[in-house]
Amino acid sequence: MAGIEKYLRQSALPHIWCPGCGNGILLAAILRAVDKLGLDQKKTVVVSGIGCSSRASGYMNFNTVHTAHGRALTFATGIKLAKPELNVIVLTGDGDATAIGGNHFIHAARRNVDITTVIFNNSIYGMTGGQYSPLTPMDAKATTAPFGHIERSFDIAALAIAAGATYVARGTAFHAQLLTDLVVKGIENKGFSVIDAITQCPISYGRKNKMGSAADMLAWQRDHAVMAQAVAKMSPEDLQGKFVIGELYRTVAPEYTAEYDKLIARVEKKGGK
Amino acid sequence: MAKPQLMQGNQACAVGALAAGVKFFAGYPITPSTEVAEILAEMLPKFGGKFIQMEDEIASMGAVCGAALTGVKAITATSGPGFSLKQELIGYAAMAEIPCVIVNVQRLGPSTGKPTSPAQGDVMQARWGSHGDRGVIALSPTSVRETFDITVKAFNFAEKFRTPVILLLDEVIGHMRETVELPESGEVEVIDRKRPSGPPEDYQAYKPDADGVAPMADFGEGYYYHVTGLVHDYKGMPSQNNALTTELIDRLHTKIERARDEITIYHEDYTDDADVLVVAYGGTTRAAIAAVKEARAQGVKAGLLTLVTIWPFPGEIVAKAAQKAKKVIVPELNYGQLVGEIERYVPREKVVSLTRYDGELFRPEEILNPIITAGGGK
Ligand code: SF4
Repeated sequence: MAGIEKYLRQSALPHIWCPGCGNGILLAAILRAVDKLGLDQKKTVVVSGIGCSSRASGYMNFNTVHTAHGRALTFATGIKLAKPELNVIVLTGDGDATAIGGNHFIHAARRNVDITTVIFNNSIYGMTGGQYSPLTPMDAKATTAPFGHIERSFDIAALAIAAGATYVARGTAFHAQLLTDLVVKGIENKGFSVIDAITQCPISYGRKNKMGSAADMLAWQRDHAVMAQAVAKMSPEDLQGKFVIGELYRTVAPEYTAEYDKLIARVEKKGGK
Repeated sequence: MAKPQLMQGNQACAVGALAAGVKFFAGYPITPSTEVAEILAEMLPKFGGKFIQMEDEIASMGAVCGAALTGVKAITATSGPGFSLKQELIGYAAMAEIPCVIVNVQRLGPSTGKPTSPAQGDVMQARWGSHGDRGVIALSPTSVRETFDITVKAFNFAEKFRTPVILLLDEVIGHMRETVELPESGEVEVIDRKRPSGPPEDYQAYKPDADGVAPMADFGEGYYYHVTGLVHDYKGMPSQNNALTTELIDRLHTKIERARDEITIYHEDYTDDADVLVVAYGGTTRAAIAAVKEARAQGVKAGLLTLVTIWPFPGEIVAKAAQKAKKVIVPELNYGQLVGEIERYVPREKVVSLTRYDGELFRPEEILNPIITAGGGK
């Protein structure tokens, strides 16, 4: 925790997360990224939605907004557009970002607003007690899928790329150091950045799906993650059942708030007043 | 005074917002409110402001909340169905005490209803649309010029009381064109939110001053605080404490209730000696005043009380104006929404509800005839 205490609201701790939850690891990884970049604390705003993940904003000593379910990106868009000099970081869950907030997610990506979104992806609705989310794998069990889930799940990274995000990466709670690096690059990217952060929910997901302890779930992340750089050398069979971590996509595209500033300049030049 | 110009209600709303210092609009296209967005899309960048057309109504309300937290004045415009969609975040803005203005140019409902027809069907939605309890400010202007003034007021109330304010236009007012003379910018009273001045470490974003409202810091200035829709303490941190919950919900009411006199805007025409009182609001007042004048010409002492402030409901004003009257006639372009509120302040047997919900306006004679009957005429 060294170096990141100043970014924590000590008075808000202890946190409400279950023992073994990966959310704390993700939070620490994000704060290390903020520290590494030396972001001006005053100029950094953290916005979250609703759910276990989205409680993270309350523990962070910045201007923080805990919005309504699924709406973090809408608030973040307003904040960033109204005051583009702010660094805006969004923390959200898989259900928050891709179910109730799915439409906002694709449009924030399309606009390429300079926001870094970290999706705490535990494949389940944790806070409400383990209902299936768009990221729950097929056949997995959830309180609302007692016979096994029959929907296909999203690939958040592919969704983000298709919608127009300019930086897309995936990390895990197990690979916390890598996650920090990915968040650093996400914040550095001038545009919409998405980091799919796979994390364990031993209580609402793990138990139901016989994943074992939190340590077992972390080991699962270790054993199923493949570094992006290694993928090229692997056969389709080797990749079966695995997921790719690291930087997955990067491109350059016009950023929304910068385009708006250009528009203002254009209007002024024409003597628009 | 600037020179007279022909202007539409929705345009007066946009221009009023600019006069009040608006710097941010987020919205989603919906008839009959679109001109507000279209005009601000053109005007805002010229005044250093920002306009964004969001992906939906909910997103628009979220963006407005976010922008307002950075310190700017923010507005959105919608109509009935969009207003319904925004309700959760309007409640959020109330709970998190985020000043902003929501324009609802009402259309006939329920559902998609009649998009281009006038109605006053969102009176109760404005009051109770979002879940839970809180004080609400909703204003309904009666003319193009008044739309300008009341839009400025809406921002002033939003800033002063740290609350979302609802501007209830109806399609008639929104789309009607009138010649107006607007005040010069210096002549308009503009109120800005209280901002903290003490050291950031001591700042408590939700610790009220004597007026029930806490100073509000702009995001990005070093006053760190947490904003949440959960019940929260003075620092904005979630709390389960029952006493604190009661105190917070109370304050969401009382900060508005105690300012009732300041918030209540109304007009009286011929009410001093009225035997028959008409109580109307929004576009309906126009037929009502014509009816009242004609009734007077026919020898019936009729008067008109126009309510511009709908919420908090000005019950005392209605009770006072109705005291001497034998009958109180309430025309509304809905199934009878505000009349129930009036009956809480005026004996029921005195009240006559006139309703119209076919998408047409009241014609003056539809109000005149009941006045004459109530006044003892034929
Ligand atoms: S329910 Fe799951 S995600 Fe939520 S705090 Fe507990 S372990 Fe973490």
